[in-house]
Amino acid sequence: MSAVTRERERTGRALGNGIEVEGLVRKFKKGPRAVDGISLTVAPGEIYGFLGPNGAGKSTTVLMLTTLLPPTAGTARVAGYDIVREGPKVRAAIGAALQEAALDPLLTGREHLKLQAALHGLPRQERTRRGDALLERVGLMEAADRKVRGYSGGMKRRLDLALALVHEPRVLFLDEPTTGLDPQSRSALWEEVARLAREDGVTVFLTTQYLEEADALANRVGIIDHGHIVAEDTPEALKAQIGRPSVEVVPADPADRGAVERVMERFGEGVHASGAAIAVRLSRGDLADVVRALDAEHLHVTNLKLDEPTLDDVFLAKTGRSLEGSGGAEEEAS
Amino acid sequence: MNRVLLIQLGLLARRSFLRTLRQPATIIPSVLFPLLLLGVNAGGLDSVTKLPGFPADSYLQFAFAIPFIQGTLFAAISAGTDLALDIETGFLNRLSLTPTHPAAILLGQLAGTVALAMLQGSVFVLVGLIAGIQIEAGILGAVLLVLMMALLALGFGGIGALLALRTGSGEAVQGVFPLLFVGLFLSSLNLPRDLIQTDWFRTVATLNPLSYMIEGLRSLIITGWDAQALGTGLAVAFGLAIIGLSLSSAALSQRIART
Repeated sequence: MSAVTRERERTGRALGNGIEVEGLVRKFKKGPRAVDGISLTVAPGEIYGFLGPNGAGKSTTVLMLTTLLPPTAGTARVAGYDIVREGPKVRAAIGAALQEAALDPLLTGREHLKLQAALHGLPRQERTRRGDALLERVGLMEAADRKVRGYSGGMKRRLDLALALVHEPRVLFLDEPTTGLDPQSRSALWEEVARLAREDGVTVFLTTQYLEEADALANRVGIIDHGHIVAEDTPEALKAQIGRPSVEVVPADPADRGAVERVMERFGEGVHASGAAIAVRLSRGDLADVVRALDAEHLHVTNLKLDEPTLDDVFLAKTGRSLEGSGGAEEEAS
Repeated sequence: MNRVLLIQLGLLARRSFLRTLRQPATIIPSVLFPLLLLGVNAGGLDSVTKLPGFPADSYLQFAFAIPFIQGTLFAAISAGTDLALDIETGFLNRLSLTPTHPAAILLGQLAGTVALAMLQGSVFVLVGLIAGIQIEAGILGAVLLVLMMALLALGFGGIGALLALRTGSGEAVQGVFPLLFVGLFLSSLNLPRDLIQTDWFRTVATLNPLSYMIEGLRSLIITGWDAQALGTGLAVAFGLAIIGLSLSSAALSQRIART
């Protein structure tokens, strides 16, 4: 265990690195309740994935928890401090990379870090040391003295993350940090976020509309829709709530379709499948049993697939809509 | 003003200077256009000097105050659009998450506007001297011209910041500022008020505060040290700065709704 981690554990216990939210509401003038009485708890050092479609209330929640938007009702404590009564203390304890990479296109990456460090009150020498360390960590050392307007989307997001970390925050808010990034940049950012939580003990509150992001990164996931939290648990537990996996097969000979259907029905109830495929939700046996049964009947298949439930299935079950492809209005407060 | 606030102000003023210096497309037109307009005006209106009671022998000398006030409007547009860009990109939110005092955010931003105005003013004085303009108030008068331009830039910059903070849009700032140019033409910009023959125009010019700013600047060029014209011009410029800064401070407090 590193000295940094030990120190964080000590201060975390003393001051609370976590987030506690109770009945938080935000209503905009002439608008609906963007956030409608949500309650949640994020443990110190945990990565909490806040999943939902555009307009669900994710960014509004982040703006309230980062003290940039006063709540209409409810309470929340971040890093042990009340977001309404102790705003400056909350801001000193948190880092945030909000929905858009908030950068000045005319400044260089290094100038951004120095400015941010200076505004947080870091001594001059510490500003340079910390800035260089962060540029190295996010892989921007070579581009450090280039103006940000020449950066790619991925580079801007990495600089945004570095800026959020410049004063060594105990709680980190990331609002859709990988939206619009290519898979390589996304993966690099995931690694860095996971490392921050694992090695530095930073608590991470991450909003996303990407299922695989929540699945890959988050210890726990809260699903928000129309300002309400509709489900909350570990990704595995949420998927387990939906039920067992489904098996899909495509008969090699279309004439065998009826026979294959009869075999498959022994293992569960039929579910929708596209084209020539036949699918059942497994309620008896497993994939190996299905294969053995088809083989015993001398039935050949050209394709056989096991589908585990996804977080999208969870979202569908809880809201009646699919998260993937659900677009719509932008976040009210963005 | 405490030490932390001064440090923050210095940091954000430096950023504003850097931004200004790195946008030649903003600096060059704001220097060139007022000089071009001066050239066109002076060439076409020189016969006006034959009017009885006209206070100068050369129209170029009379009109030399115009670039100083037009230049401040260009600088103010730049202040407003820069601040609007900070709102649009979320940079203002980033600053709000640091312990930065709102006064440092506003004044730091306006520092770049003032610097641009002082650069413009210095170029105007230099070009004027090369073109044979004689500043009757001497070297101190030339310095005061540049300083008055900086004060006007602070006031108009405050109005630009107000528009940016209220609308959050650079386009809105650029859309509203042409109205100020219209206001400028409805002043004693091209003629002394007592020589304006059309009654309604003379009344509007008399009510228009921009007339007194121009007359204050002009007095240093064509008269020398005219306490009444200069005092009134400075009072109006200070008034504009106070109003611009007060309104933009209030708008900033509303925009930064942090707890």
